[in-house]
Amino acid sequence: MTLLLTILAAVALFDSAVAAVPEPSCVVPQSFLSSDTELTRALNEVKARQRLDISVVGTGSSALPGPDGARYAYPAQLEKALQKDLPGITVKVTVHVQPRATAADLAAGMAKVLADDKPALVIWQTGTADAMNSVEPEGFHTSLDDGVGAVEGGNADVILMNMQYSPHTESMMDVSGYADIMRFVAQQHNALLFDRLGIMRSWSDDGTFDLYSATKNYDMARRVHECIGRALASQIISASHLDAVRMQTTR
Amino acid sequence: MAPSAPLPAPAVERDLRLDLFRGVALWGIFLDHIPENVVNWLTIRNYGFSDATEIFIFISGYTAAFVYGRAMRERGFLVASARILRRAWQIYVAHIFLFTIFMAEIAYVAATFDNPLYAEEMKILDFLKQPDVTIFEALILKFKPVNMDVLPLYIVLLLLFPPMLLLLLRQPALALTGSALLYVLTWSFDFNLPAYPNGVWFFNPFAWQLLFVFGAWCALGGAQRLAMVLHSRIVLAVAVTYILFAFAITMTWYVEPLARFVPNWLSDWMYPIDKTNLDVLRFAHFLALAAVTVHFVPRDWPGLKSPILLPAIRCGQHSLEIFCLGVFLAFAGQFIISEYSGGPPIQVAISLIGIMIMVATANLISWYKVIEGRSPTSRVKTPDADLAGGEA
Repeated sequence: MTLLLTILAAVALFDSAVAAVPEPSCVVPQSFLSSDTELTRALNEVKARQRLDISVVGTGSSALPGPDGARYAYPAQLEKALQKDLPGITVKVTVHVQPRATAADLAAGMAKVLADDKPALVIWQTGTADAMNSVEPEGFHTSLDDGVGAVEGGNADVILMNMQYSPHTESMMDVSGYADIMRFVAQQHNALLFDRLGIMRSWSDDGTFDLYSATKNYDMARRVHECIGRALASQIISASHLDAVRMQTTR
Repeated sequence: MAPSAPLPAPAVERDLRLDLFRGVALWGIFLDHIPENVVNWLTIRNYGFSDATEIFIFISGYTAAFVYGRAMRERGFLVASARILRRAWQIYVAHIFLFTIFMAEIAYVAATFDNPLYAEEMKILDFLKQPDVTIFEALILKFKPVNMDVLPLYIVLLLLFPPMLLLLLRQPALALTGSALLYVLTWSFDFNLPAYPNGVWFFNPFAWQLLFVFGAWCALGGAQRLAMVLHSRIVLAVAVTYILFAFAITMTWYVEPLARFVPNWLSDWMYPIDKTNLDVLRFAHFLALAAVTVHFVPRDWPGLKSPILLPAIRCGQHSLEIFCLGVFLAFAGQFIISEYSGGPPIQVAISLIGIMIMVATANLISWYKVIEGRSPTSRVKTPDADLAGGEA
């Protein structure tokens, strides 16, 4: 009976992975996280070696400023959330942040990341620097193709993560065009897209976060990153069917 | 292709449809320039490949040829060219005025807005640290903030217009062929103008000139030549089919599950639909919309005289002023939305108030022109470029 309750609780927790935890509450509409795309390599690694190595490749918005920035940024939050949701499985998230790097810069470094980390999954956050520098859309497209191709060739799954929703700078740079290209490349490669832009916009719309506010305080930035880390964990678990694996390991 | 004989002189009476659709396009451009706005779901860019920019550039080409074509016929190449270049200068001044307002907004945001979450994004404001470079690059039209790309395109199109207009008056078919050839060469050889800090112009003048020249060609008698084609039921059927196809494709961008119904070969061939170089799919979409519009809204359509459409017509008659005002209002609206965390009700209010200000201003300009005796209805002998009825 206790086992059954535990399983039910675990299922409930998974179903509303983000919403169930009281602080901070940031519900992500299921449409942002569900997808037909499967993270098969991640699943295989978990099954075969009981571990999951993830590399995060990105720019400034994959980190937080300040002395404890790395500890509170979404990659660390993702690691924490996965460790919690996947007991018995070693989760390691390695972060490669290159401030101001365009997709072309990051794609060029992808082979080294794959060789060094040997990840089963690469989370590639990009697009912001390209939008800021008005990189030619076609060039951006090619760089994404190259980078995603490199990850696939390195026998890892890839999740593309688009830009942050940043209302104050929205009138200064055109992020949506680049986000569209990212969605398209993800579709072409049958890769997952983590729609950070859409998710953060929905948080702004439903009042979860006041992304318009000016503050020097780190609290909100940390909470946003925590929510992103957990939403990402829930997307990974769902797309790699790790919920089933988790059931087996907890039983 | 039309024979190379000189085109007949166009009808003298103004085609109010141009003003109407340009006015609606100006509203669309205003709404689309407020990124966070529920109302911009109403604009055509969400329901097909082309958007308000195509309408604006086509009609601008049409009216430029309408006004300056007559000037060139009656007063010669030199006078017409001088007036075209004066118009380009006016647009340049308007663009720099808008840039100043943009800089003021950016400087304010940079000074007041701070949030560690956006440490990366705020670096977009770094150009403020180098005002010497930035302002110079803006003056030579290399640095163009987001949403300020249309006027520089217009300036370049007008600068190149005098010889093109001469050719359009003498050898219209050759002019149109030359324009199409430049478009094709642009696609083959990636011609474009450089931008600052890097990249190229968002609206490639070498590609977009096709739409402008096509508009001019239509104004100088091409439309009459096309009348037969436009009245054919087959053309109408093809146009409607293509518009429905574009509508279905755009729906797959918003409703993700629908994307699986687009076969890979089609998306490989179709994407990306390039706005910078006026993708042929966008151009075709505009042509289809134009064909359907001309079919259902004839020149003498009584609705054009109705008071309901008058606000849009007025805006279309003063396009440069209303365009600039729209860009300014979009800045201001976006600014209010970000300062006060505006939800959908505020966005709707800002959109409505913005359009009302545009309409009021257009009426005010018309009034000025009436008291100065330059009204489109007062029969002035030579049309003025600023004339409401013939503004290029």
